[in-house]
Amino acid sequence: MMNENIAYPIHKQVDDLYRSESRRVFATLIRLLGDFDRAEEALHEAFAVAIEQWSRDGLPANPQSWLVSVGRFRAIDNIRRRTRFDASLAELAQQFDLTETAQIDEDVEDDRLRLIFTCCHPALSPEAQVALTLREVCGLTTEEIANAFLIAPSTLAQRIVRAKAKIRDARIPYQVPSIADLPERLDTVLQVIYLVFNEGYAASSGEVLTRTDLSTEAIRLGRLVMELLPDAEVMGLLALMLLQESRRTARTSSTGDLILLEDQDRSRWNQDYISEGKALILRSLSSEKFGSYTLQAVIAAVHSEAASAAATDWAQIVALYDVLFQMERSPIVGLNRAVAVAMRDGALTGLQQIDAILAQGDLSGYHLAHAARADLCRRLGRTADARASYQQALALVKQEPERRFLEKRLHELG
Amino acid sequence: MKYMLLIYGDENAWTQSEREDCYEESSQLVQQLRASGQYLSSSPLHSVETATSVRVRDGKKLVTDGPFAETREQLGGYYLIDAENLDEAIAIAERIPAARKGTVEIRPIVKLLSLPSDQ
Repeated sequence: MMNENIAYPIHKQVDDLYRSESRRVFATLIRLLGDFDRAEEALHEAFAVAIEQWSRDGLPANPQSWLVSVGRFRAIDNIRRRTRFDASLAELAQQFDLTETAQIDEDVEDDRLRLIFTCCHPALSPEAQVALTLREVCGLTTEEIANAFLIAPSTLAQRIVRAKAKIRDARIPYQVPSIADLPERLDTVLQVIYLVFNEGYAASSGEVLTRTDLSTEAIRLGRLVMELLPDAEVMGLLALMLLQESRRTARTSSTGDLILLEDQDRSRWNQDYISEGKALILRSLSSEKFGSYTLQAVIAAVHSEAASAAATDWAQIVALYDVLFQMERSPIVGLNRAVAVAMRDGALTGLQQIDAILAQGDLSGYHLAHAARADLCRRLGRTADARASYQQALALVKQEPERRFLEKRLHELG
Repeated sequence: MKYMLLIYGDENAWTQSEREDCYEESSQLVQQLRASGQYLSSSPLHSVETATSVRVRDGKKLVTDGPFAETREQLGGYYLIDAENLDEAIAIAERIPAARKGTVEIRPIVKLLSLPSDQ
């Protein structure tokens, strides 16, 4: 018996299972035990028992449900033991013990979806939603998340503790929202995923331009939600992330400097991501329920089809931004549209539009608005205007590679 | 699980007829909540101008005019409800007519074993 597994020892198999299944088991344990911390404790006890018992008896037929069942029994045991000190727990232990086996196995797939909706509940702050999702759904450690967001691990740990306390005390339910609430609630989930992706793709501050681990995690989350809830906008967001991710290696130089879309070596774009993204867009568009994520993905797809910036179908891109602006009315969409207009109709027309947007005031603190203005002035030979706008952008930028890029451009003005 | 729904808003944002409509609509909501077993109690409050604050410091009572904090939004009423979870409480909060003008703050009630349990 033992010899069969010598090449692939039990502890290694348990490690693999932990990586692939622990979050799934954890999600089910939360449903059965009604509490994050109790489920976490049960999960670790179940894996500890697994290592001991499986090295002796071999792997069970269905390791996942074995882990759920052992974790649940351990938790009930623990509660019973504490019952001696706390009478209110006795009722709880009995309640868990009465759970039918059928209930344990039901909806195991939905447990992961429930967990995502609980972690992304709008009653939690966006920072807490992101931290909890990465910790509980993705299984990242507190240190990993803190490093990715450049904050102290103690700050992040406290954020997670507070969020869990709110889930418990305000009784944020562990359930997939009702049909009536689903669109709004799904929107929050997608926002959290895109926030994680963007922090990994274009870090808002710090030394490096991209943090691959966060983007990878966001795409993984996108795939998970897609598998559980294949809504048009879920496809749209996943497509958008894949299409942006396809350019990752092309948008940073070997020295870590930013390379603009127009200067990228397009042969380095990841064609697998691009075709997967495009296929998702087609599925989303055919559902006719698509929204802004799908439209942004379509814009990224138009770029992906062009051999160069000059060969890009800018008329189509402007038209897509028009539709997006109808949907969102966001000044950032307006800014992106103006940049596309500059490519279609010339720098002067684009500059007039950017000046009109800046005059409205919403984007006066946004470094990319000033950087875009500076670039158009530079192209038009208005050196003094370009210099002033680069300086304004530099005063606002928080990320090192973008700062170096802007300084280089400013320097080149002479 | 019991939740206190605290209704905040700018008192001066209401005309007399709007206020009466709100009371009327709220009474209907109370009837519905009572029928579904979710109602415990509720009431509008008189204007913050009628508020009196009491503090006891070093055993000495201090009574002053007005609310404790000066803010643009004042506490104007409350609902005490019984709901399964926060999502249910949110679903009730959004049916409160004053939510359309002001803000409803949902606070879970601390269960104290030393308190009489008739509520």
